Amino acid sequence: MKPFVKKTAIVGAVVLTVAAVSAMAAEEATLTAGEVNVYSYRQPFLVQPLFDTFTEQTGIKVNVLFAKIGLVERLKQEGANSPADLIFTVDIGRLSEVFDAALTQPVSSPALTAAIPDIYREPQGNWFGLTRRARIIYASKERVSREEAPKTYEELADPKWRGRICTRSGNHVYQVGLTAAMVAHYGEAKTEAWLTGLRRNLARRPQGNDRAQVKAIQQGVCDIALGNHYYFVKMQQNAEQAPWAQAVYPVFPTIGGSGTHVNISGMALTRAAPNRKNAVALMEFLAGPLAQQIYAEQNFEYPILDGVPLAGVLKAMGPMTADTMPLAEISKYRSAAIKLVDKVGYND
Amino acid sequence: MIGSAVVAAIVAAPIIAIAWIALFPSENIWPHLISTVLPRQLANTALLMLGNGIGVLLIGVASAWLVTTCRFPGRSIFEWALLLPLAVPAYIVAFVYTDVFEFAGFFQTTLRALFGWQSAKDYWFPEIRSLGGAIFVMSSVLYPYVYLLARATFQEQSVCMLEASRMLGRGPWRTFFTVALPLARPAIVVGLALALMETLADFGTVDFFAVNTLTVGVFNVWLNMGNAGGAAQISLVALAVVILLLALERIGRRGQRFHHTSTRIRPITPFELRGPRAAAAVAVCALPIIAGFVIPALVLARHAIVNFEQSWTPAFFTFARNSILLATCAAAGAVALAIFLAYGRRVAGHTIFGSLSRIALLGYAVPGAVLAIGVIIPLARLDNAIDALARDLFGVSTGLLLSGTVFAIIFAYIVRFLAVAFGAVEASLTKISPTLDMAARSLGCGPGETLRRVHLPLVRSSVLAAATIVFVDSMKELPATLILRPFNFDTLATHVFQFASDELLEQSALAALTIVAAGIIPVIVLSRAIRSPHAAHRKPGFITAPLPVQPGIAE
Repeated sequence: MKPFVKKTAIVGAVVLTVAAVSAMAAEEATLTAGEVNVYSYRQPFLVQPLFDTFTEQTGIKVNVLFAKIGLVERLKQEGANSPADLIFTVDIGRLSEVFDAALTQPVSSPALTAAIPDIYREPQGNWFGLTRRARIIYASKERVSREEAPKTYEELADPKWRGRICTRSGNHVYQVGLTAAMVAHYGEAKTEAWLTGLRRNLARRPQGNDRAQVKAIQQGVCDIALGNHYYFVKMQQNAEQAPWAQAVYPVFPTIGGSGTHVNISGMALTRAAPNRKNAVALMEFLAGPLAQQIYAEQNFEYPILDGVPLAGVLKAMGPMTADTMPLAEISKYRSAAIKLVDKVGYND
Repeated sequence: MIGSAVVAAIVAAPIIAIAWIALFPSENIWPHLISTVLPRQLANTALLMLGNGIGVLLIGVASAWLVTTCRFPGRSIFEWALLLPLAVPAYIVAFVYTDVFEFAGFFQTTLRALFGWQSAKDYWFPEIRSLGGAIFVMSSVLYPYVYLLARATFQEQSVCMLEASRMLGRGPWRTFFTVALPLARPAIVVGLALALMETLADFGTVDFFAVNTLTVGVFNVWLNMGNAGGAAQISLVALAVVILLLALERIGRRGQRFHHTSTRIRPITPFELRGPRAAAAVAVCALPIIAGFVIPALVLARHAIVNFEQSWTPAFFTFARNSILLATCAAAGAVALAIFLAYGRRVAGHTIFGSLSRIALLGYAVPGAVLAIGVIIPLARLDNAIDALARDLFGVSTGLLLSGTVFAIIFAYIVRFLAVAFGAVEASLTKISPTLDMAARSLGCGPGETLRRVHLPLVRSSVLAAATIVFVDSMKELPATLILRPFNFDTLATHVFQFASDELLEQSALAALTIVAAGIIPVIVLSRAIRSPHAAHRKPGFITAPLPVQPGIAE
């Protein structure tokens, strides 16, 4: 190729690339009125229906950034110039982290205070729970009778279950939440003993997600498993996973004589929030009856708002009475819980 | 070369940022770690690196040698096909093999049908979700690095040395082990180092397979204990191990020279294999391709077709466009910087500049998510500083200029993959004799001109190889992209992650297949790029490639 043609080609390619990249950069959401920016730990396909409904109703566009880790660090480093208004989490841990790092701002909204019970929100309004997820026991229909099934979490450490239990990794946020609740109710020493007993009862090394534990029951690897409640319904809706759900029945154990351990998915308003008014509007929408209904019907989580009718399949699982200990209290013990998990070598 | 020093400093900034966070942990986690999980994590990490190292060496070197020096049926296909696993992300392979080998998977279901077993308690089957499974999966995906570099080196060897060795009385096996292999050592070590660094940086596979390694420890401390400083400390310990290993290797190599000095070169005439030997060669070459590419591609294709309706969205084109543009910019940037740094090192020798550029290379051994934080810190600081300045001087807020934009992602890719580009370029530069440099200088060319007119044409195929590897790796990159990207910006990999993170392989299969497909063409380009220059460009009277060395200097 002639040198001149070659040079032109190279220059042309560079110019095109630069143009394309700047075009991409320009496409990024510029902060105008009529938008809310959300950093989300929840998958987009779970929360998109809610945001779409919000946009329909109010005309405010919702921009979502999903990641499983690192959003808190990003928020911290971006500081006051961060574009994020809200942060959405799947459990209490991330909410506490954001609050402890002083990255949130308090919201005083009568609508929110009325809708959300005080055990599921921070007193000054720095974070709010939106849905509840109960950590329940899945028991094999064939091999575990209703009388035999554990009624409390404590019973899981009983030697009669040796080699019959499956759980996911002890480091996962849902398991850590449960362990923290145990510490909050029973103290560290008893929880360590419980964890050791539970670990001895495991049928296999902790692996896979909650659904995989139910799969293991169906395959005969174990007889009971721990998992979040909504998977029971979700598995039934999936052709491949339905047989797993059909092989088990749900049990709602209690903790400390109180109720079933629940974790919350929640939201917090960031300190930087450039679109504060729109963000608060979104928060109030999400705690309102319409959004809570969508949560209940499409995600099968327990709504935070009282009086929202549950989906039929959810009701059929059985009555659920939640633990009355405030989530903020439970969250304080997460660090101790994780250390106990390490100490007993749960994952090995 | 001040320019090189500045560039090295910029690229080293994220690693330095990680070191800086490590100075401020929220609490001292070491007593707790040492008394609980650290021994097991260290042991698992060591075993994983050992297993992967052996795996990639065996597969990579054996197949490279066979493909270069022997002739057997299918060789010309294997030549490029052995690179195909590069196009497949490791976490996808992990999902696929769990899908295939688990209780309800194809393999065990067939076994149960054949033997009439009913439940899991009736028979024993190796657990895929284990250290062994992780080694299998990671070796199948990482061996192309060793294969690539070993092949490039074996091709450029002159048969004169091998013939000289045979004439002096060594049989073919001994020739291989005592002449060919040691000469190829720098290149093979680079490939091995890349494979091991990627092993260390991997989180997706070990997390999915429930193997408790140092990297799992990093994330546990970071996320569950909220202790980013502690996590950074563990990362630095892992990096220290990598540095130690590389330093040991360099010391072992001190005093040896691998460049060629004489003028004549004869390409190797392939040695014909027949019968059972040919069959063995075919098996050795075919098995890695089947394990690392064919099976994953087939499983993905099946899921993609079955779930096509649910997974297809017109946004696919946007995701693909984003992935490709990011990868192209990263490839161009990484290669340009690699040439700059490698050449700077060649000219300046071993100085503070040398150490800086070494730090810059460590990005490859750092888990993507940790590196992303390392990238955010300097960029956000810079942005906030500019913003504060603008406020003071002009009363205007510039907001965030660099962090949270595409620039941050490209910067992260470059920092992460610089090691790959640098390794390929430097290995090639090492083979160019310093006498060429001296000749050029004595004829009046400055360093820049020497680079442009003498060195670049010689290492052109390595440069192209480096660019394509960075391109393919960037297409697959996930954790850093997730954390750094702007709003409403997804790549194919982040789209896959939405579903893969819930172990919903079926929905993510179509996007995963697209990533693989997008990687195939660069892989073929790559293979052609490193094909022997003797066959392709024979210009009489012009030195086309590094030349053979006198036996005796090499050993």
